[in-house]
Amino acid sequence: MKLKTLMLLTGAAVAATPALAQEMADEMTLVSWGGAYQESQQKAYVEPYLEMHPGVTATWDSSSNEAVAKLRAMAEAGNVTWDLVDVVASDAIRLCDEGLAMEIDFDEMLEPAPDGTTASEDFGDLIVSDCFIPQIVYSTTFGYRTDMVGDTPPTEVCAVFDTETYPGKRSLEKRPINNMEWALLCDGVAKEDVYDVLETEEGQDRAFAKLDTIKDDVIWWSAGADTPQLLADGEVVMGSTYNGRLFSVIEEQDQPVAMLWDAQVFDLDGWIIPEGLPEDRLNRVLDFVRFATDTQRLADQAKYISYGPARMSSAPLVSTHAELGIEMAPHMPTDPANATNTFLYNYEWWADYRDDLDAKFQAWLAQ
Amino acid sequence: MTDSTAASAVEGFDWRPLATLVLVGLVFGALVGNAGGVALLGALAGAVQGAATWAVLDRLVPGNRLIGRLIAAALGLVVGLALSGATGAALGTVGGVILGWLHYWIARQGYRSGLPPYASTGQVIWHNTFLFICGAIFFFLIAPILTIIPLSFNAEDFFTFTPEMLAFDPEGYSLKHYRDFFTNPDWQQPMWNSIKIAPMATLLSVSLGTLAAVGLSQSHVPFRRAIMAILISPMIVPLIISAAGMYFFYSRVGLQGTYLGVVLAHAALGIPFVIITVTATLVGFDRSLTRASANMGAGPVRTFFKIQMPLILPGVISGGLFAFITSFDEVVVVLFVGSAGQKTLPWQMFTGLREQISPTILAVATILVVISIALLTTVELLRRRSERLRGMSPG
Repeated sequence: MKLKTLMLLTGAAVAATPALAQEMADEMTLVSWGGAYQESQQKAYVEPYLEMHPGVTATWDSSSNEAVAKLRAMAEAGNVTWDLVDVVASDAIRLCDEGLAMEIDFDEMLEPAPDGTTASEDFGDLIVSDCFIPQIVYSTTFGYRTDMVGDTPPTEVCAVFDTETYPGKRSLEKRPINNMEWALLCDGVAKEDVYDVLETEEGQDRAFAKLDTIKDDVIWWSAGADTPQLLADGEVVMGSTYNGRLFSVIEEQDQPVAMLWDAQVFDLDGWIIPEGLPEDRLNRVLDFVRFATDTQRLADQAKYISYGPARMSSAPLVSTHAELGIEMAPHMPTDPANATNTFLYNYEWWADYRDDLDAKFQAWLAQ
Repeated sequence: MTDSTAASAVEGFDWRPLATLVLVGLVFGALVGNAGGVALLGALAGAVQGAATWAVLDRLVPGNRLIGRLIAAALGLVVGLALSGATGAALGTVGGVILGWLHYWIARQGYRSGLPPYASTGQVIWHNTFLFICGAIFFFLIAPILTIIPLSFNAEDFFTFTPEMLAFDPEGYSLKHYRDFFTNPDWQQPMWNSIKIAPMATLLSVSLGTLAAVGLSQSHVPFRRAIMAILISPMIVPLIISAAGMYFFYSRVGLQGTYLGVVLAHAALGIPFVIITVTATLVGFDRSLTRASANMGAGPVRTFFKIQMPLILPGVISGGLFAFITSFDEVVVVLFVGSAGQKTLPWQMFTGLREQISPTILAVATILVVISIALLTTVELLRRRSERLRGMSPG
C-alpha cells in the first residue's frame, strides 16, 4: 500500500512537471449510444481523426444509456476506463454536480468558429452545464402511419389524445418527461404556463387525468428503437421517438410513416470528459475533442443523421445525406418549417422534480 | 354417448370423423381467415374443406392411407390457393395435412394406439390429454426459437413478417443480415472475442472443476460439504451480485477490463457445472479400480489419466459443454468485468437489441442455435460411441 502511494505521488509529480512535450496516449475509449448515431460520429470525426493520427486507436463502448451509473461505479472503484462519454444534457448536469465530469474551459479547449467567433459564443445558449460540450440538437417528436390515419393526417400533437379520429395504439416513452407536458398542452394549458401548472399537485393530477384518457391505448417504450419497430409493424398508429430514428424509418427504410413536428421537444446531446483521467489520456482526449467539435466536423455529422449541429456556425455548412443524396436541412428539427411550434424542455425544473414525478408516474402506470 | 356411438357403429355409419373434420376445419379456417380479416369466409371454406376431405378419404379411397393423406393435403392447397394465393396455399396445405391425419386418427381409432385393448373411455381420454399436454409444453419451449429463424431472412430492417414474406415472394427474403454479421466489424470483433474467451474459460473450469470433484469425492477430505457449497455458490448467488463484486475486486487488482479478467470470471461461473456433473459420474465409479491400478505400480497421476479419467469422461465433457455455453451466453458479468475491448457476442446482442432493433441479431441467433444443435449432437454421438466401445448399451 505504501509503495502504491509512493508511486502515485511520483506519478503526480511527473505529471505536474509543466509542458512535458504533451505526452499523449495512443488509445481512446469513446462511449456513445450505438446504432445510427454512433455510426454518424464514427464517419464524421473519428475516422478522419484516426487517419490524421495513424497509430492511434479508438474503441467504442455503446453504454451511454447507463453512463451515469457506470461512471459512479468507476469513480468508486478508482478505475476510470472511459475517455470521452456521450450523454444527454440532463445526465451531464448530474455528472457535473457529482464531480464525475471535468469542467470545460470552452474558449481555451475548443476551436473558435471560422470567422473567429469564440466557441462559447458559437455554442451560445446550448452550453447548459460547465462540463458539457454540446454536439447536436435533437427532438422527441411523433411519427404516424400514413396508411392508418385515413384522409385526414394529424397536424398537431393533440391528435395523440384523439382516439376517436385516430383509433389504434400509440407508443409513448415510459417516463413522465415530455408526456406530462404534452398532456397539459392538449388539456388547454398555454405553453408558457406548463411548468407552473405542473409544479402544483392539481396540475400533476390534471396531466395524469389527461393521460388516463388514452392509457389503454398506449404501448410504453424504453429504447429509441421501439417506436420505429412498432410503426413498421403497423402495431401503433403513431408514436413518439427521436427525430433521427423517424428520419431513418421514412427516408432510409421507406416505410409509410410521416413526421408530426408539432410540439417537438428539443434536447441536447454532447460530450463530457470523466474527471481524474491520467495526463497522457487527457491530452489525447482534449486533442480529439477540439477536432471533433469544430464547425466543419459538426456540420459533417449531419450528412449521416438528421440531428442539428450545436454550433451556430455549422448550420450553413449542412449539406446532403452521404448515401441518399437528399438535402438534410429540411429534415433538421431546427429547420424553420419544422420548428413552427416547438416546446422547450426545462432542465432545471426537471432536475428538481424528476425523482418525485418518476415515482408518481410509476405508481400511475401500475394502477 | 357410448350408446349412440354403438348404435351408429351398428348402422355402419360412423359420424364422428365427419363431425370432427368439419368442426376442426371451421375453427382452423376461422382463425386463419381472421388474420386476413375474413373470418366468416375462412370458417366456411374450412368447413367445406373438412367435409370434402372426409368424403374423399372415407368414401372414394378408404383403403390407401398414403394416397388419402396426399389428397387431403392437395385439397387444402387448392382451397387455400383459391382464397388467398401463396400464403393461403401454405396454410391450406398445413390444414389439409392436419385434417387428413385427424381423419385416420378418429376413423381407425388411432387414439387407442399405445393403450391395451381393455382401456376404459376415461383412460383413453386421459392418455390423449397427457399426450396433448406434452405436445403443448414442447411447442411452448420451441416456438419462440422457431419464429426467429424465418425472420432472420427478412429483407427489411425490422422484426416484422412483411406481406412479401407471407406471400413467399423471393423479394421479401434476403441474406443481408447474415452478410452484415460476417462483414461488419461491430459484429466480427465480438465474435472473435467470444471465440477467444469461451474455450479458455472452459479449459480452466474443466481442469479446476474436475480436480475439485475428484478431491471432494475422497471420504477423508475434511469439511467436504462446506467446500462444495462454496465452490457451487457462483451458481446460486444472483449473477448481478457476483458481477458487481467481481467488478470492484478486479478493479482493485487491475484485472478489470482485461482478457484474463473476463476468462477468470467466466471460469468461476463454469466451475460449478463441471463439479456437479463430474461428482454425479463419480458416484458410479468403482474405487477398487484405482486401488488395483496402484497395486500394479501406477502412480496417482497415471492412475487418474489411464483409469479414472476415461471412465468419468462423459461427465467431464458435458460439464465442459455447460461451462462453454455459460461463457458463450453470458452477458451480465462481462458487462461489468470487461471493457469495450472484450465485448462478446451476447454483449453486442444486448446493446444492439436496446439501441437498434436490427435483424442481424436474429441472424446471429440462428447461427448460434445451429452451432448449439451441432455441439449437442456431436457430444451425444461421442457418448454413444464410447459406450458402445465399452460394451454398454447405447442409452
